Amino acid sequence: MMKHNAEFVRTMRPEGSVLYGSGGWQKIHVDLPLLLLLCAACAAGLFILQSASGENYFYVERQAVFMALGMVAMLVAAQFSPRFLQRWAFLPYLCGILLLIAVIFIGTGAKGAQRWLDLGVIRFQPSEILKIAGPLMIASYLGNHHLPPSFKHVLVSVALLLVPALLVGIQPDLGTALLIFAAGFFVVFLSGLRKRYLFGAILAVLALAPLFWFFLLHDYQKTRILTLLDPQADKLGAGWNIIQSTTAIGSGGLHGKGWAKGTQSQLDFLPESHTDFIIAVLAEDFGLIGVVSLLSLYLLIIARGLVISINAQTMFGRLLAGSITLTFFVYVFVNMGMVSGILPVVGVPLPFVSYGGTAVVTLMLGFGMLMAVSTEKKRS
Amino acid sequence: MQDAAFKDIHRERRLFLIRVSAAALGILLLTAVLLARYYYLQIIRHEDFATQSESNRVHVRPISPTRGLIYDRNGVLLADNKAGFTLSIVVERSENLDQLLADLDTLLNLNDEELGRFHKQKSRRKPYEPVPLRINLSELEQSILAVNEFRLEGVEITAQLVRHYPHAELLSHVLGYVGRINDRELPELDPVRYSGTYVIGKTGIEKSYEDQLLGEVGYEHVETNARGRVMRLLERIAPAVGKDLHLYMDIRLQQVAYDALGEEKGAIVAMDVRTGGVLAMVSKPGFDSNLFVTGISSKDYNDLLNSPDRPLFDRVTQGQYPPGSTVKPVFGLAALDSGVMDMASTIYDPGFYRLPNNTHKYRDWKKGGHGSKVDLHMAIVQSCDTYFYTAGVKMGIDELYFYGSKFGLGERTGIDLPSEQPGLMPSREWKHGARGVSWYPGDTVNTSIGQGFMLTTPLQLAVMASRLASRGDRLAPRMVRDIGEDTHREKVSLGRIEAKDEHWDYVLNAMKDVVHGDRGTAKIVAKGLTYTMAGKTGTAQVVGIRQGETYNASLLAKKNRDHALFIAFAPAEDPEIAVGLIVENGEHGSSTAAPIARAIFDSYMALKQQDLEQVDDETQR
Repeated sequence: MMKHNAEFVRTMRPEGSVLYGSGGWQKIHVDLPLLLLLCAACAAGLFILQSASGENYFYVERQAVFMALGMVAMLVAAQFSPRFLQRWAFLPYLCGILLLIAVIFIGTGAKGAQRWLDLGVIRFQPSEILKIAGPLMIASYLGNHHLPPSFKHVLVSVALLLVPALLVGIQPDLGTALLIFAAGFFVVFLSGLRKRYLFGAILAVLALAPLFWFFLLHDYQKTRILTLLDPQADKLGAGWNIIQSTTAIGSGGLHGKGWAKGTQSQLDFLPESHTDFIIAVLAEDFGLIGVVSLLSLYLLIIARGLVISINAQTMFGRLLAGSITLTFFVYVFVNMGMVSGILPVVGVPLPFVSYGGTAVVTLMLGFGMLMAVSTEKKRS
Repeated sequence: MQDAAFKDIHRERRLFLIRVSAAALGILLLTAVLLARYYYLQIIRHEDFATQSESNRVHVRPISPTRGLIYDRNGVLLADNKAGFTLSIVVERSENLDQLLADLDTLLNLNDEELGRFHKQKSRRKPYEPVPLRINLSELEQSILAVNEFRLEGVEITAQLVRHYPHAELLSHVLGYVGRINDRELPELDPVRYSGTYVIGKTGIEKSYEDQLLGEVGYEHVETNARGRVMRLLERIAPAVGKDLHLYMDIRLQQVAYDALGEEKGAIVAMDVRTGGVLAMVSKPGFDSNLFVTGISSKDYNDLLNSPDRPLFDRVTQGQYPPGSTVKPVFGLAALDSGVMDMASTIYDPGFYRLPNNTHKYRDWKKGGHGSKVDLHMAIVQSCDTYFYTAGVKMGIDELYFYGSKFGLGERTGIDLPSEQPGLMPSREWKHGARGVSWYPGDTVNTSIGQGFMLTTPLQLAVMASRLASRGDRLAPRMVRDIGEDTHREKVSLGRIEAKDEHWDYVLNAMKDVVHGDRGTAKIVAKGLTYTMAGKTGTAQVVGIRQGETYNASLLAKKNRDHALFIAFAPAEDPEIAVGLIVENGEHGSSTAAPIARAIFDSYMALKQQDLEQVDDETQR
């Protein structure tokens, strides 16, 4: 039986191939192709960020530091064995939940939303922890059981998901809540959730949507959705961001205006040009060619992530790696969709490119766990 | 058991693989959506967005042209432009406009007029266009703003040229003034030409030559950032300066005329007989035109508007007065030319005139009359009313109208000033149309001595004097001699008044004897004359005197006293300058009006001599 297993694994995992790297990298738990792709993404990100922040090197320098920190975090995370991760998954999850509850009482924030926790030395958003801890927890739970999950297991998973999602949702930070939910949901989906549950869930969401609109959404959130339908309705107000970002993207054309020559971003017409709306800077500077190039890089990372997940030793590893990879794509899709005006504006940064320390470190932690899964020793 | 476990693992793995494949498919589909969206924006709609991005970035800012200057005939500056500082607000750059206005109010005490005007202009501005709040800041206001500038987001202080009239009141009605463009004017204006200009000529020469003075607007294409800050200049098309004007007027003569009127109200026009150019033009009282340039306060405006002396009223072109006896030379020439009288004809003047079959007495100004043998010469020199009653009735109103009109009575002179009034030379048609009644012989009697319905402007008096002096050259009066480089402008002649030379000689000689004759009504100005002068006095009744009553000035309030009129030209033999003037409530043309004409002529002759000597000096040197 073991023999069969080993054979099966061998067919899925072409040992000794160039792509897979040498034993040295394996030893320090680094997935070389992924590392190279991530480095490329970081370099591209810094390059675009420099254009977005004009003459100012402040953001680029800080972001480089954050990226370095993220790399360290990634390497550290990669050293944990997946089995260890699975066993202790409940810890970051519980901590995250407790911190989210703490935010309700002692959190700080701006514009009517309490999202931050000020620990004196650092200030961070506990909701970021749940982006990793959420799927980790679900994967740990489902990985312990036979798949596809039973109704009971699905219910428990959904409950484990809803708790942090709701806590983040009431901050209110709908975008992050949906991302946390999505990340967890991917685990359940990949675990082989039966189709009848899947369609049931979709129907339930559709049925609840009006309720959601009338009772749960804040006015500013409704405005964002309405603005998507008609940005011209309030040109200087809610519609401003999206009008300026689509203008920036569209004016870039095929080749773009050249690096740091995009007038929309250089002359500050583009809001949030170094954070959430930075894809518009790329699109303006380098045109469709630039957008396709970056998108290709993302797809390569995703492809690598999916290969790692398929080749993972355990179901936990598969679920974890798969959900991290899919969530990564969701970031890319939601960000590029919202900036180009096909999705409502929610605060989702563009991975590796948008300025922001927490996001980059969280992202790298995720990829660190991916490497941990990737380099897990075969059970002999 | 192990087998089952393996199957499970195998099954789980397959299931996972299917799910990953489904997810990968989903990823590819959504990526396709993204690509389609970016393709749509960047390729299909590229032109639109490229244009949009350009219009975001590039702003066209008008540069107002410098308004043309106005000089007198000798190059003395009459209207110039001085640097002034304007406080404007770029609304888009102000975070909180209400707060900003409140702050400015505490600093500068904004008044309701300024705020009202600001809000009106704000509503029709282009994005990032500065909206002026206060023009012509004082030095104190400038320093207050400079100190507080850092906390006044959106405030802009710009230097611009503001119209200035160094002679203020002396030329208020001649030059007029510029003022802010108002709502009534705005729809009429070319929005492009006026895009950088806030003011427009409202009255006087400033209005009639607005087109030439304005110049052509220039443009700046600037790159601005999202907050409206100018990042760099892309292109500049310089504005074209407005054309300078040189007037016929001699400011020195103007000053003399102005002073000669003293404290009296009235109007004076002096014209060059040979060109029609206006040498001096006074309407008194006037006002300080500079008050209007940056927006006059309501209080100042109401004071001017409600003053009983009516300083805003231009008496020269809009005041309409009965010309009285000043028309006698014209009607005398008419009597000779039409043949109802000849040069030897005399009448008997018992001190009144009666129409046939009528007992109503039309009195002569002189009780007891001018005697039994009054000819036209004597009738003009001594201003005998009875002679003109007789001649007028003989000619009839149609002839009077014919000759009066040729001398410009009842017609706009066509001067290059706005809002000129036509006066009134009555006719049968006019009376029938305006009053709905027929013409009566009594109307003719009144008209023949310039009373009754007849009305003239002081400008028309001068034009009449000039046409007499030039023996019938019907020139239109002109203020502006040169427009920019155009210095050889044709005089505007409306043709000649044809009459026999001997008739001209006769009438003009009689006018000369009005001044130089022993019995002339203006002989008091003859003393000490170094040149010859011809003229005709006139008196215009302000209130009617009933039959049997006598006029007693001492019993009448000043405002009801007669107006004193005078027309004159000099030198009598070869006329160069003609004058028409009126002194409101001045009572006698001879004693109050004629000396003013003399003062002007004296000054004219002296200035001419002085200028000649200066030219000589310069050529000798």
